[in-house]
Amino acid sequence: MPDEDLAPMADELSGILKWIEQLNEVGTAGVEPMTSVVGHPLHHRDDVVTDGGCREDILGNATETADGYFVVPKVIE
Amino acid sequence: MSTSLTSLTIADARAQLGDRSISARELAESHIAGIEASRALNAFVSETADRAIADAARADARLAKGDAGVLEGIPVAIKDLFCTKGVLSTAGSHILNGFVPAYESTVTANMWREGAVMLGKTNMDEFAMGSSNETSYYGPVLNPWRRPGDNRDLVPGGSSGGSAAAVAAQLCLGATGTDTGGSIRQPAAFTGTVGLKPTYGRCSRWGIVAFASSLDQAGPMTRTVGDAAIMLKAMAGYDAKDSTSVDVAVPDYESVLEDSVKGLRIGIPAEYRIDGTPAEIVALWESGIAWLKDAGAEIVAVSLPHTKYALPAYYIVAPAEASSNLARYDGVRYGLRVDQGDLTEMYEATRAAGFGAEVKRRILIGTYVLSAGYYDAYYLQAQKVRTLIADDFKQAWQKVDVLLTPTTPEPAFGVGEKSDDPVAMYLNDILTVPANMAGLPALSLPAGLSSQGLPLGLQVVGRAFDEETVLRVGRALERAAAFDGRPAPWWRSS
Repeated sequence: MPDEDLAPMADELSGILKWIEQLNEVGTAGVEPMTSVVGHPLHHRDDVVTDGGCREDILGNATETADGYFVVPKVIE
Repeated sequence: MSTSLTSLTIADARAQLGDRSISARELAESHIAGIEASRALNAFVSETADRAIADAARADARLAKGDAGVLEGIPVAIKDLFCTKGVLSTAGSHILNGFVPAYESTVTANMWREGAVMLGKTNMDEFAMGSSNETSYYGPVLNPWRRPGDNRDLVPGGSSGGSAAAVAAQLCLGATGTDTGGSIRQPAAFTGTVGLKPTYGRCSRWGIVAFASSLDQAGPMTRTVGDAAIMLKAMAGYDAKDSTSVDVAVPDYESVLEDSVKGLRIGIPAEYRIDGTPAEIVALWESGIAWLKDAGAEIVAVSLPHTKYALPAYYIVAPAEASSNLARYDGVRYGLRVDQGDLTEMYEATRAAGFGAEVKRRILIGTYVLSAGYYDAYYLQAQKVRTLIADDFKQAWQKVDVLLTPTTPEPAFGVGEKSDDPVAMYLNDILTVPANMAGLPALSLPAGLSSQGLPLGLQVVGRAFDEETVLRVGRALERAAAFDGRPAPWWRSS
């Protein structure tokens, strides 16, 4: 983020967090945190390969590829 | 070009396609012409006219054979959050620059299987984060509605603002939207259209760019309640590729639409009467109550005591999930890449250039509320409050069948009016967010005009997987409201 944007962003984030802090008023002793609104058990599926063989599709949107791989700037000297 | 073809409802178009008094091709062509003449609205990121003509030809062939799907030959627009195979999919963000998916989202695949015709991809707030469509990298969408005698531009709401504007301006017969905190219902209210957020789990999220995975849900945006019923039937259904998709039968929503609401219990939650709500919104709500009472429903006062905490809790949960979901945009595998220095610098430069200000705000908040030392105080507390919000609704369902509320605390506002104050923008979703937090189905329908001549929406919230009753009550309200407002087409080039 450019330096000149930092101060306004900090002010905006402080404003948002201050507004969020009203949640501290709510008594939540003994309340379970929500983990799913659905309440349905997750489905199990067989542990088998259901997709694949589409390397060209997967690489098709990359800026830079070589020999079937994505290319990134060098990370090991 | 015929304007009458673009003013049809989906139900009417289906009938006329069915008896071959119109062809899918002419229906598609009249919409393509309308879209080309309406670029001033900026409702579309991509127009797919050639694709629409090809889809229409296929639809005409199937109609001729008597082999028509639920949406056979119906021209629709798709929010640019849905991945569409071979068609640019941007999520309104620069970071997905040039991204052409090699796969199709389940919801859109369902619609194509049922014969729908794709007109294009609609503009939206970046990553669906916004309530005005002003956060899109592709520029703001303009609301087809203006205050009479005032030529200032208004926002169409967001995040599904392009879809809402396209439906209102008769650029398509229906459009898909997604709703994480109100992103279908609030733009529907701002544009005088119908928007339905189904129950969480009703429509597959697979292939829809993720914002907040525990809240996101796709739904239809149309000009009538009946059309929403038709579109939902085509969009919905269990999908093994989305672990939160629920394996329950999809009912024939249309068949119950005209059923009487006599004897239904309609809850009126006191907490939705927020201080400062304009008198005209309260008056519209009271009209809605009177209409349902006249139709034989029983009106019951209910209390949802944690309502005021839904929005601040949402602004912890949604950014937390977004910060995680958006971590994948790194410039390596797809989308924008800004080459600069080493790998870390490339990531930083790509994300700095690729994300807009609102997305950055939410990633920062989400990362903060999930960080060690703050997790319990923010994230865990918000998830507990979310349980209390869901419990409020469960209590209400002991006494009532649906809830009736206004959709938004105000009508459409001006472009640029709220862009400097994030919290003021967030407050637009104060009446829509609770249904997302509890995963419940909720419908917005146009029910009247404000004193300044802008559409206002009423919201019907129902029990989980009871879209049928929500639609039935919506239809009763639609009948009574007899809303027939249309924006004057100031935006059209000839």
